[in-house]
Amino acid sequence: MMGWGKAGEVDDSDDGPRTVLTAHRAGLIGCRACGRVWPEDEVTCHRCGARLTPPDRRSLQAVWAWLIAGMIFYIPANLYPMMSTQTFAGLQGNSKATIYEGVIELIHHGNYDIAIIVFLASIVVPIGKFVSIIWLARAAGRPASVEDAHLRLKIYEVVEFIGRWSMIDVFVVAILAALVQLGFVASIHPGPAAVSFALSVAFTMLSAQSFDPRLIWRGLPLRRSR
Amino acid sequence: MTDDARYDMTTGEGLVVCPRCDALFIEVELEDGETARCTRCETVIARPRTGAFSQIIALSFTTMVLMVGAVFFPFLEISRMGFGNATSIFGVVLAYADGVLLPLVLGMVAMVVALPVIRASLLLYVLLPLAKGQAPHRHAAGAFRLSEQMRPWSMAEIFIIGTSVALVKVAGLATIHLGPAFWAFCALILVNVTAKGYMCQTTIWDAIEDGGASTDGRELVDGLRNANHDVLAADRP
Ligand SMILES: [Zn+2]
Ligand SMILES: [Zn+2]
Repeated sequence: MMGWGKAGEVDDSDDGPRTVLTAHRAGLIGCRACGRVWPEDEVTCHRCGARLTPPDRRSLQAVWAWLIAGMIFYIPANLYPMMSTQTFAGLQGNSKATIYEGVIELIHHGNYDIAIIVFLASIVVPIGKFVSIIWLARAAGRPASVEDAHLRLKIYEVVEFIGRWSMIDVFVVAILAALVQLGFVASIHPGPAAVSFALSVAFTMLSAQSFDPRLIWRGLPLRRSR
Repeated sequence: MTDDARYDMTTGEGLVVCPRCDALFIEVELEDGETARCTRCETVIARPRTGAFSQIIALSFTTMVLMVGAVFFPFLEISRMGFGNATSIFGVVLAYADGVLLPLVLGMVAMVVALPVIRASLLLYVLLPLAKGQAPHRHAAGAFRLSEQMRPWSMAEIFIIGTSVALVKVAGLATIHLGPAFWAFCALILVNVTAKGYMCQTTIWDAIEDGGASTDGRELVDGLRNANHDVLAADRP
């Protein structure tokens, strides 16, 4: 029986240093899609067909490229109106609201909980994601203690999980625009910011997906004691 | 199951890798209900459950039926000063058919309607023969990989939260009634969450690989059988 389930390592002593053998160290390459292990010179996984990539900092280029695209599209998303509201064929007035103004408006109407949801989804989460991905991409592959690595992994998992939720505001605008087709009484039209915001979220999701979490562990010393 | 797991350090045969941290493990079959966690990063690598395939199949069928209702039945009904407007999602798409914002609406429909349906059909394609113990269809591996790649882009639950926010925003402007399609969507989310609980990718990959021969959702991978116990109990870094 193996003490630890570590391949090639039989270590039954409870207090000796323990090793983590990675596929990379063993001269093998693991499939991130299905978990199969292949010799290092294979390029595609024969089980699932995914491309096999070694844990390499060069893969961070894709992370940076998608991230920059996401950040660029986030700028017009905040400057232009998410939607414009027309009431009584413009007689009562037209209003155009950016993301930020939309939140303020919700607060004025006393909808604090909804204001908080929109504020979190459209402002806090996107900016938090930018900062986290920049931090992860810079820290990846650098030496780390086990605690550091766990912190990095935690942040990666949060970024991965939460990114899609920024789409809320885009859905809100599209639903409003679709539903409030009350002819001359009131109408709502999506603004240019809706499209650029949607693209910003999509690019940031792609950036997070391009991040290879195996890089988080690469700087770890091979042996560690308990 | 083989007690002395066979593995080959040169070909990678009989080994399994953690997708999050690259740690190597020896492939071992798990008992039903056991959870295999990576000893290094604690990612769940496998969690086989009896009958999981048939459950996922049933839930995928449910998804498709619900989605038909969700698309064609009225989603929300809005009225103000006698002007009423009932909208199905299908109607929304038609309304935008020639607008500038067509790409935005198409993208949304893809994420909210198309991807969940495509994922459900891919899972059916992959799992139907496997659940019967037959050999998988051609390209089953590609189909399952595609379905996994689509997962983050399938956004039905976010759409429902967005709808709720939208309702609050129009509350002062008009009266809103929730249509059957809205509730179909809520049911869809529940179905999704349930299916996720049964989903064990490692089990499915194994079943595809083994040609469905020795699997009913319990055959498994990974040297985590031992690792699991040792590490969770004794070794927290
Ligand atoms: Zn693979
Ligand atoms: Zn791991």
